[in-house]
Amino acid sequence: MFPPAAESYLTDGRTVWSWLTTHDHKRIGVMFLGLTLFFFLVGGLFALALRIELLTPGRTIMGHLAYNRMFTLHGVTMVWLFMIPAIPSAFGNFLVPLMIGARDVAFPRLNLASVYLYVLGASVTLWGMFEGGADTGWTFYTPYSTTTGTAVLPVLVGVFIIGFSTILTGLNFIATVHTLRAPGLTWMKLPLFVWAIYGTSIIQVLATPVLGMVLLLVALERVVGAGIFDPARGGDPLLFQHLFWFYSHPAVYIMVLPSMGVISEAVCAFSRKNAFSYRMIVYSTLGIAFVGFFTWGHHMFTSGQSTFGAGAFGAMSMLVAIFTAIKIFSWLGTLYRGSIAIESPLLYTLGFMFFLFFGGMIGVAYATTSLNLHWHDTYSVVAHFHFIMVGATVMAFLGALHYWFPKMSGRRAPAKLANGAAVLIIFGFIATFVPQFLLGNLGMPRRYADYPPHFQSLHVASTAGASLLAFGFLIIAGYLAWSLRYGEVAGDNPWGSEGFEWRSASPPPTHNFTTTPEYPTGPHEYAREEVPHAA
Amino acid sequence: MNELLRRLFFLPEQGSTFAVKVDHLHYVLLLTTFAVAVGIGAVGIFFLVRYRRRTASDPTPRVVAPVWLEALFIGVPLSLFLLWFVLGFKQFVWVMSPPQDALDVYVTGKQWMWKFTYPGGPSAIDTLVVPAGRPVRLLLTSRDVIHSFYVPDFRMKRDAVPGRYTDLWFEAPKPGRHPVLCAEYCGLDHSVMRGEVVVLPPADFDAWQDAQRRNLPVARTPESMAVRGERVAAAQGCLQCHTVTGAPHIGPTWLGLYGRKEPLEGGGAVLADEAYLTESMMDPLAKVVAGYAPVMPGYHSRLSAEDTGALVEFIKSLRPLRPGVTAAEEPVYVPTGR
Repeated sequence: MFPPAAESYLTDGRTVWSWLTTHDHKRIGVMFLGLTLFFFLVGGLFALALRIELLTPGRTIMGHLAYNRMFTLHGVTMVWLFMIPAIPSAFGNFLVPLMIGARDVAFPRLNLASVYLYVLGASVTLWGMFEGGADTGWTFYTPYSTTTGTAVLPVLVGVFIIGFSTILTGLNFIATVHTLRAPGLTWMKLPLFVWAIYGTSIIQVLATPVLGMVLLLVALERVVGAGIFDPARGGDPLLFQHLFWFYSHPAVYIMVLPSMGVISEAVCAFSRKNAFSYRMIVYSTLGIAFVGFFTWGHHMFTSGQSTFGAGAFGAMSMLVAIFTAIKIFSWLGTLYRGSIAIESPLLYTLGFMFFLFFGGMIGVAYATTSLNLHWHDTYSVVAHFHFIMVGATVMAFLGALHYWFPKMSGRRAPAKLANGAAVLIIFGFIATFVPQFLLGNLGMPRRYADYPPHFQSLHVASTAGASLLAFGFLIIAGYLAWSLRYGEVAGDNPWGSEGFEWRSASPPPTHNFTTTPEYPTGPHEYAREEVPHAA
Repeated sequence: MNELLRRLFFLPEQGSTFAVKVDHLHYVLLLTTFAVAVGIGAVGIFFLVRYRRRTASDPTPRVVAPVWLEALFIGVPLSLFLLWFVLGFKQFVWVMSPPQDALDVYVTGKQWMWKFTYPGGPSAIDTLVVPAGRPVRLLLTSRDVIHSFYVPDFRMKRDAVPGRYTDLWFEAPKPGRHPVLCAEYCGLDHSVMRGEVVVLPPADFDAWQDAQRRNLPVARTPESMAVRGERVAAAQGCLQCHTVTGAPHIGPTWLGLYGRKEPLEGGGAVLADEAYLTESMMDPLAKVVAGYAPVMPGYHSRLSAEDTGALVEFIKSLRPLRPGVTAAEEPVYVPTGR
């Protein structure tokens, strides 16, 4: 199945048992990749069902209850089973030790445990889906979530368990980056992907316990009637929103920071350039990780929080946007005077930059507070976070998948087909989500199974775009599966990249390096001559 | 220009004074975003063409951003964002501070309908009738889960939260009809929890209100909310501790309470507005007025949303008369400046 010539992590034990009991970070990364791809498919099918239902006002293929369950399952699956683990647990596990010249992560057994916790949590959640399916939305707002008759409990417990998987992965990366860097690899020489994963891990470790706590409180409320969020017992339903968004806003950065790391790597590799401003990207990564904790109130501008509070959260949100803007300028600057190769990872990178910019600017518009009063809880918000989650994170995920496919499998995907699919995905994305911005402007609230007829034409356009996207994903799945067996053998460094992970063989041997690598410079130093500034 | 851009961005009709203001900010932001996006796209495409890879081993220089360029990249967007924030937040403060002459209407959300109650009676389901050219303040609460009262034409929404009052105001300059939607997911029929705001010319509004009161059968002559509140106060035993005469008793007197700044036990002060009065019924020990014992029980499970609103209206109607001044028909709203 794989290049038989060289010994690699893939050939070191071929039994299923050798995979299930492995401590190898690369195998664990590959397992996470397989699992998250499976749940991406499941969540995508839910999304397709939602889009078909919204083709016509009134009932198309399902009633209100089925629709409400469907969007809950779409959200829960995509957020906790795909988005959060996708890049850190799959690519982070595979690449971080390779990038810092280490044999493995700091706690290999804990790493394996995080796979099993994820599988356990996902199974409980799946069981809840078949056991009746929660209908609360992925946000579980009280008092609806504490009073609805659907199977909310298994979903809460499942997500609670997955939270531990996230925390363990985060802890592991923090310890790994601190203790296992190869001699001479100082902090300011670290690849930007490692910085991104490091920033993400800090958020995971600090924020996820709050999610665990709030989910437990909702569970307590449902099981024993604790009354913490129930106004009839002196509780406060808005307390839930504060606690939930205290986790879930930073969680947005858990989803988007790793993708920024992928883009930082890809943009350097495919333009043969050092990062235009390495330190701006590093500091803005840490800045996002920090300021991201102080913006949660921007999800609650219309909830009745104080005017002053809304203003403070709005101003803080503007700061987070600045950090993102800095990164976009730095990536763009990296292309300057480069040698730009039009390969699929670069196409995804360009799509990523454009969608992140556009989605981010709409976020800036929300942070003005007054504009948010119209847009809040409409399709504008749906489009905004899909611009970030799909337009940015999924684009980066696909970019990562294509960029590191040779690293992981030793084979290459067909380049022309991959470029074609990337263009299809980018246009499919635009066709799906631009109409949703317009729907939001027109005043279409989110989570609507049924809608007044004047919204229909835009919904039809969005569904057409979604089918284009689905077609694109199908093509990618097809040629990647084909390439695993029949793809051209890649060689150690098919892209000619100076990223540190390419210093080992592709696919890498079990212990990553045969000799200890040396790090006289930072990553992606292609030039011999020094040009101090953009003259 | 306004009309062209409004249609270009798919915005609905501008049905309130706020809608016009906020749309202008909307245009500025979106047009700037488009302009910068085109700029970034153009630069990106230029780089892509100009610097595309010609041979596998093209030499590239090492280029590092100079400090002045970094400062520019941080400074320009930061000042632009902060300018937008100042413009937006000014509008936000304006729209969060209802004017003094607003007409109050109580709004109760329940799965899956809206109930509108006028302090002087009557009440209506799903249709809110208001006069044109006069500010209207809605006092929102919910009987079950959280709902959100959303009028796209007014560019405005506010959550209706059980156990507390939130408020929202608008002024519709022209007569017309505007759909009301629920914007916070509230269960099975969330998507069909719809209503309508009907804006009438002021004279027609008065005639409508009179007709509503006249046409109801005698048995259902709507009592005003304040009258109902008085009945509720007696039935619930409120008046055993609170007087309406100005004399302090076990609890503070209700006479002139509304709009007063009350010193609190343990320091600080609170303005006795709708939100505080409601909180004091639901969670009396949260903020106890200085000099009184913390003995009041919570009325969370004992008062319906309608009764709570009625009690608030009753308290608002109790104002000390100065000699020579006759009582107004409706309670006077005191802006809270929150």
